[in-house]
Amino acid sequence: MTSVTVTPLGSFRNERSYPFCPGCGHGPILDALDRALTIRKIDPDKVVIVSDIGCSGLSDQYFATSAFHGLHGRSITYASGIKLADPGLEVVVIMGDGGTGIGGAHLINAARRNVGITVIVMNNLNFGMTGGQHSTTTPQGAITSTTPGGNLERPLDICGTAAVNGAAYAYRGTSFDDDLGDRIAEAMGHPGFAILDIWELCSAYYVRTNRFSRKGMEETMEELGLPRGFAARRDTPEYSAAYRAAAAADAGSPRRPAGIPVAHRSNLTRRTAVVLAGAAGGRVLSAARSAAQAGIASGLWAAQRDDYPVTVKTGHSVATLVLDPEPIDDVTTIPDVVVLVAPEGRARAAREAARLGADGLFVTVAGLPSVEHHAAMVTLDPADAGMLLAKGDMALACVAAVVTLRDLFPLRALHEAVAAAPKGAERMHEVIEAGAAMAAIAAGGSL
Amino acid sequence: MRSYLDGSTAIVLGALDAGCDFFAGYPITPASGILMSMMRDLPRAGGVAIQGEDEIASIGMCLGAALAGARAMTATSGPGLSLYSENLGLAIMGEVPLVVVDVQRLGPATGGATTVAQGDVQFVRWGTSGGYPIIALAPSTIGECYTLTMKAFDLAERFRVPVFVLTDKDLNLTLGTVELDDFTPAEVRRREIDAAPDSMYRFDPSDQTNPMVRYGSGRPVRFTGSTHDEHAFITKDSERVEALNRHLIDKIEQHRDEIESTVTDLEEGARTLVVSYGSTAASMRAAVRATRAEGRAVSMITLLSLWPVPETALVQAMDGVDRIVVAELNPGLYAREIERIAGGRTVVPVTRIDGEMLAPEQIAGALA
Repeated sequence: MTSVTVTPLGSFRNERSYPFCPGCGHGPILDALDRALTIRKIDPDKVVIVSDIGCSGLSDQYFATSAFHGLHGRSITYASGIKLADPGLEVVVIMGDGGTGIGGAHLINAARRNVGITVIVMNNLNFGMTGGQHSTTTPQGAITSTTPGGNLERPLDICGTAAVNGAAYAYRGTSFDDDLGDRIAEAMGHPGFAILDIWELCSAYYVRTNRFSRKGMEETMEELGLPRGFAARRDTPEYSAAYRAAAAADAGSPRRPAGIPVAHRSNLTRRTAVVLAGAAGGRVLSAARSAAQAGIASGLWAAQRDDYPVTVKTGHSVATLVLDPEPIDDVTTIPDVVVLVAPEGRARAAREAARLGADGLFVTVAGLPSVEHHAAMVTLDPADAGMLLAKGDMALACVAAVVTLRDLFPLRALHEAVAAAPKGAERMHEVIEAGAAMAAIAAGGSL
Repeated sequence: MRSYLDGSTAIVLGALDAGCDFFAGYPITPASGILMSMMRDLPRAGGVAIQGEDEIASIGMCLGAALAGARAMTATSGPGLSLYSENLGLAIMGEVPLVVVDVQRLGPATGGATTVAQGDVQFVRWGTSGGYPIIALAPSTIGECYTLTMKAFDLAERFRVPVFVLTDKDLNLTLGTVELDDFTPAEVRRREIDAAPDSMYRFDPSDQTNPMVRYGSGRPVRFTGSTHDEHAFITKDSERVEALNRHLIDKIEQHRDEIESTVTDLEEGARTLVVSYGSTAASMRAAVRATRAEGRAVSMITLLSLWPVPETALVQAMDGVDRIVVAELNPGLYAREIERIAGGRTVVPVTRIDGEMLAPEQIAGALA
């Protein structure tokens, strides 16, 4: 920041004159906004007017402040981004009643988050610019170009919706109110999300098709139970300030990937791909990951392609682990070892096993369904494990068995890879030994 | 020292090292890893990360933040990109620097959330109304996920335009071994701020990208998505309208040399050239290695930038070649760009749309 000089203006309007129809409420509302900005004595450079689409969307062009004229219904999202990035800015959204329909989700969520922006809804009960179609706020029975027989839909309670979802400030008024400038200034000064639902006349359409007037509008507000006044005025933490406070309280640093020092030696001389096919929730992917880290700690290069359905704790979970003395580019590869860890992996194991070469190996666990293949086979028997293996242990046990059977790298490297686990490392050490024991017994004298 | 990580992690590292200080996104497989890392790490780096109520809000917040001075990024997949469409147009029209990561999954519609595909390659180019240029980079390795994310931030600042980092499920979620020395921050252009109080934004010369003025930096800034004059006031004056639209095209088209990026590996006497990008390029490289090991000459080119089409390098690589194989995981969407500049050479698309990766053997089979 180089300049701290605040130069409040007598008016925040520029020299351009309003383009609105005679009798339209937009001009008086913008005059009230101008009064509010003058009352608040803000540096015009610190004000951003975010305008929506429709006649209200023209509004930003008549102010000497900064402006963001974006897309229909999205003005609240742009305003939120501006406020989050620079909480020092005063951000005012000007939207029509149309924007509360197409952008309804944004309105509710900005109120819920309580982002410190001020939203002025120019609510003239229909779409003016596009030909007088009905909007979310058109009263029941009203005639518009799209409700020629009278509107059947119930109008949206803008302030009630914002208030019930946590807005700090919600006020309903009309373009005829003398205190509108004060109310807008008050809303801007109130910390958190503030919304003003300002009813007004659309002289081009709604007034014409419904013989509407100021008096009729005030009667309609009473009939609908949507009178002038506050729906919310409460102290609740403003989001961008709360975010910065929470961030300041978090002492952590951004994570950088941990290096894996080479502490072991592998006897592997060529690329070896192991497919581990099991069940979701069976820790298949994390077992493969431990093996990869152990491989890297043994001087190898590792890569791992995982496959699973969209479900989380059900269905298959398959890891293809590639270990290579040379750097790995592609992971799509003909497997050397296929391991069936759990019944859910059978279909994939069968497909991969059919691709096994002459020196390929199929590893399965006693009791699992059979898989057709022409490769050498090893069946691990949990009875040889020396411990009771749970479902979640089997993938790691199988990985330890393959490491043993194929001499991928020293088993100690796998022990060290799991030692860093936040919990359960003790059991994982036992499971690794159990896997190695099963492999030794299953392979008999050939190991 | 080596480490073990996936493409999503590399993209987050690239963004942080490029100075990204605003992220907004919505959960979607296979891009959620980027959102989760950003939510945790960006505030620790002094930035702001937020999960929007939907994709529309997420990219909208990025646009607002960018104009308030932030270096913004968002990440999604095909269904979310569909919801980005209107705001991508706004970013083009308003010349907003923004990095958009599209982690492709199988489409159309919800498609296959955990299934690899490259079906968005034309969608990122033509994904909003009007048909104006954007930039798309396409890493093919985990290391390139890091370097090209940094480059995306650099190009976004250079050209004030949304820049895509186009990846896919396999590139983002496949773990690989990397050398940490390769993850060293590159020089990334800082935001060029116009500090002069009376200077004016111009469309002339049409290819010149104007420096930005951030909200709150000393003078009012006007921004609009409507067709506008140099003061960002709405206009229908045909001369001003054309000047604006010509500028949006020329600032990129006349500087393609700063954007286009390829890795060429040409072999003397080769009559076949293979073209690929993204995770499919790894299969191409394996296929070419195997083919060369059999004593057959074949050339290849990996496209690291897809839009604008890197025509200079492609046309050079086509010299002396009479057959071009294009490997991609879609119905042959980028092959048509190659065909357009192939000068009558035979273009053979090698594709797959069953949700599986292109196997090197499948590509090698087309090199005969």
